[in-house]
This record gives sequence, C-alpha cells and structure tokens, in this order.
Amino acid sequence: MKTLGDGTLDRLRQVTEWPDLSSTRYELRSEVARGGMGVVYLARDRELERDVALKVIGVEAADADTAARLRREARILAHLEHPGIVPVHDVGELPDGRVFYAMKLVSGKRLDELVREGLPLRERLRLLLRICEPVAFAHARGVIHRDLKPENVMVGQFGEVLVMDWGVAKHRGEPGVASEAPTPTAGATPHATAHGTIVGTPAYMAPEQARGDVERVDARSDVYALGAILYFMLTGHSPGRLGASPEVPTRTWAGRRQASVAPGITAPRELDKHLPRPLEAICLKALTLEPEGRYAGAGELGADLGRFLEGERVSAYPESLLDRVRRFASRHRTPILVLLAYVVMRVVLLLVARV
Amino acid sequence: MLLAFPETHRSVVLAARSPDQKERARALEAVAAAYWRPVFRHVRARWRVPDEEAEDLAQGFFAKALEKDWLARYEPARGRFRTYLLACLEAFVAKERRDGRRLKRGGGMTRVPLESENADGERWELPLADGSDLEAEFQREWSRGLFALAVQALRQRCLGTSRELAFAIFERYDLEDHDASEQPRYADLALEFSLPVTQVTNHLHWARRELRKTVLEKLREITASEEEFRSEARALFGAEPS
Repeated sequence: MKTLGDGTLDRLRQVTEWPDLSSTRYELRSEVARGGMGVVYLARDRELERDVALKVIGVEAADADTAARLRREARILAHLEHPGIVPVHDVGELPDGRVFYAMKLVSGKRLDELVREGLPLRERLRLLLRICEPVAFAHARGVIHRDLKPENVMVGQFGEVLVMDWGVAKHRGEPGVASEAPTPTAGATPHATAHGTIVGTPAYMAPEQARGDVERVDARSDVYALGAILYFMLTGHSPGRLGASPEVPTRTWAGRRQASVAPGITAPRELDKHLPRPLEAICLKALTLEPEGRYAGAGELGADLGRFLEGERVSAYPESLLDRVRRFASRHRTPILVLLAYVVMRVVLLLVARV
Repeated sequence: MLLAFPETHRSVVLAARSPDQKERARALEAVAAAYWRPVFRHVRARWRVPDEEAEDLAQGFFAKALEKDWLARYEPARGRFRTYLLACLEAFVAKERRDGRRLKRGGGMTRVPLESENADGERWELPLADGSDLEAEFQREWSRGLFALAVQALRQRCLGTSRELAFAIFERYDLEDHDASEQPRYADLALEFSLPVTQVTNHLHWARRELRKTVLEKLREITASEEEFRSEARALFGAEPS
C-alpha cells in the first residue's frame, strides 16, 4: 500500500468535500475560505481562461433559505457596479442543487491584518475613506451592507479597496426579516461563525441591529460599523462588546459637546491621548447609540474624514479659537515657517546694520 | 445532495470482543492495517529508537494485543478507541524497554538521526518527543493510514471495471504530488485520456465521492460507537457530518 504524502493527504481531505462542477464551465483548484453560509474556492473559468472565486453553499448549510440568500447576494452585487465592490460574473446551480456564484478573484490582505502590521495613521484614514466610497454608493442605491468589519474589507496589492461579503445586505423597501440579520450569539467571539447560524460580529454591529430592531436598521447602521472600523484603526481594538454595560454612559469631550455613545465604549483618546480631538469626534459621532445622532450615511462620514485629512474643520467637532489657530498653523505650516524665517532674517539684518 | 454515512460496515473494534477466536484475530488484523503506521511512527518518535527496533516493537505490540486480548477489554463508554490503543502502546513499549534495558544494562541509548526514511523512500522528520506534538502526529498518521486504506480499496474496486478510467484520472489529478503551478488542468487530462472535459469533471467527481464513502466505511469499521464515528468523521473532514 502506497504511503500518502502530506500534500496529498491534505488535498484528499479537501477534495472529497468538493462540489460537483460537471455541467459548469469551472474547475476547482483549491479552497480559499469557509464561512457560516458557504465555502469560497479558487476555480478556473475554462471559457474565459481566467481564475475566479466561486462561492458555493456548504454541504451542511444547503437548504432552500440559504440558496435564496446566496442568489439574493449575487443579485445585489450584480446591481452594485463600483470599483470598491467585488463584481459577480455568474450565478448557477450545481447538479446536487446547491447554488453558487462566480466573482472576481481578489488577492490582497484583509484590513485587520494590514492595520495590525502598523500602517501610518494618515494611510489608515485614507483606506477608511476608500471604504466609505463603495458603502456610500450602495447606500445611494438603497442597499445596506449590515456586516461591515475589518475582516470583510480586502486591500489589494496596489491599494485598491474592496468591500466583501454582502451575504446579509438588505435592500431598502425589503421587509426586515429578523433571521436575515447577523445575530449576535451568546458567547460569540468577534471572529466566531457557526454552521447553519448567521453570526455577526457584535463589536461592529449597531445597537438597533443587535437588538433585532430590523425596522430601524438603515444606512446609519452601516455608519456605526464604519465608526467601529475607524475605532479599530485608531486604537487597534474593536469597540466594547455589546451588553458589556447595561447603562448608557454619557460621554463629554472638550467640555463643549455631549453625545450618547453606545455602551461599553472607551473614548479613543482615553487609550491614546495623542489622537487628534476632531478625529475622535468623528469616530464617536459615528458610534452614537441612537441612529439620529450619527452621520446620515457613509458619504457624510467620508466627507468629514476627508475634511480632517485636508486640515479643514470637521462637522463633528465644534472648535475653540485655539483649535482654529492650531489647525491653521498645522495646515499652513510651510508658509508660516517661511514667513517666520523671513521675519527672523530681517530682524537679524536690522540688528547687524545697527552694529 | 447530502452524503449519508454508511451503516452496513460492522465495527471491527466490537468484533474484537467476539467469543470466536478467529473473528477476534480478523478484527485485530483490520485494526493493525489502519494503525500499523501510526504505531510504528509513534514508537520511533516517542522513544527515539532506530527504524528496525520501532518495527519490532510495533509488530510485538500487535502480537501481544492478540495474545492478551487487549482489544476485547476496550470500553467505548470510557473514551475513543484511538486513545485506548495509544495508552496500551505506551504501557507495552515502556515495559519492553524496561525489560530490554535490564538485559542490556551497561549499554547506552542508541542515538538516532532526526530524520528517517521508510520503505517507500519517503523521508520524514521526527516530531519533538513532546506529548501534544506526538498526539497530533499520531492522529495525522492515523488519518493518513485511513485514507491510504480507502484509496487502496477504491483502486481494487475499480480495477477491471468501467470505473478504471475514473480512478486513473483521479490518481493523476488528486493523488500525484504537484506544486500548484504544475497542477494539470482538466483540459490537459482530457487530452491525455482522449475525453471531453466534461467527462473528466464527471469522473473526478465520482472518484472523490466514492473515496469519501470508502473512508467513512473504513472509519466505521475501526470505531466502536456512533458517537465516536461521528466525532472522528468531523475531525477528518473538518465539518459537522449530516
């Protein structure tokens, strides 16, 4: 009896689970990722001679509901043609009845991995700005992602940003079906998934969504998740776990403005006092407990972030005179330094001429 | 379509308790087929002995198991069969080495290289003689043995039948060690076997499905209860069986 090598053994363990792709134009190469609803494979499209990612419902999750959800996800993606959203090429059914769809194969790193590698702050913020763009585009078309988190964002080799996993996205006007919402499960860790159950990531989920108040879930729920991603980018931690504290704390910053932030969240500057106050204000505004206190959509959040990056005044932070002077000095550092140098030089020349 | 677990194959672990001596011996033979290599490699790595000594000890272990009816003493309620077998092996080798050392007193431990080569010419590195590593290695070898048995059974089943071609394609695509860049495309196989690509896909799917079925049949034979069978199947395929 021939001994099986390590590579062969691993492959056999995988391929015996692989779906039957006869009657399709794809051939499977390897497994890429496995989630609660389905498995993503690297496959070869024989017709177009290119590699694609194939999302197939897992054997364990194969039922009519999951099939409908996967088809819905593919349709939503097909209607969101944006460079920041992974394009769907094809949707179909396997001989065993399982639904699959083919999409662009994305290579790169997940946002959480990239942030942990230690990107400079401005780079991190620019990335978030680029995440806001496709989300704002989806909002404009009435689609809410509902499961935004760093693990669902891919950053390509050339800095291209792709928002992934629209499996629980909701279209405006669609009835709020509670079972479609990512549901926090008791004891679920931020990265947990479970077969047959959709498990969201409590730390990134808006309070109204976590409560199952599906009627109130709208673009502002995604704004909360984007605020939570910003929090992670600023502090390296996800915001506090849901239900960590039963009471809703009222946070005050800069002594001038109050906002009710979702429970259990520590203000970013309490973790890192070097963080700019306006940036903290943007983050906390997005993380406000009640949707009414947040930005109206990803576009508005992105615009405020853009203003911060340009050294302009942000809407989330009411500035004092000192703040304005500081911002002005920081924004016009070079001309101010040149002017100062010129004045110093003139003074020195004046003194020399007198001597 | 969900693959159901085969129900027909009787557990040889339970057959090992039969009052019939011949049935007990057959059961041990089946257990030895699945466990010989994991036992051999465990002895080699755990006690750092040369290949020949490890082979003797593995052989001696199964002989002793038959003589002393160790398999018949296994109680499924107390844990996995694999764990029981490993405990028996530990006790057996420890005793053998103790007795052996008494005979060879004055002699030193034989130093063995950290790499070994088996009869197939495959080189492998000894794992650290650390409990968790050894257990993981034992489990991996057990999986390897099980898959190898299933591949062998599938090959036998296909030989001389219309499925011989399906097995040949499967062997070429899934059993041969390739780098990702050297992995043949279905079109290459279609050319090689003079078939349409769709036939390659069909044959591969059939062979993979049959292999899974065969692995589960073999697994049922070497587990003692439904619970153990399901738990081992989960460990093997990484998913909750349906």
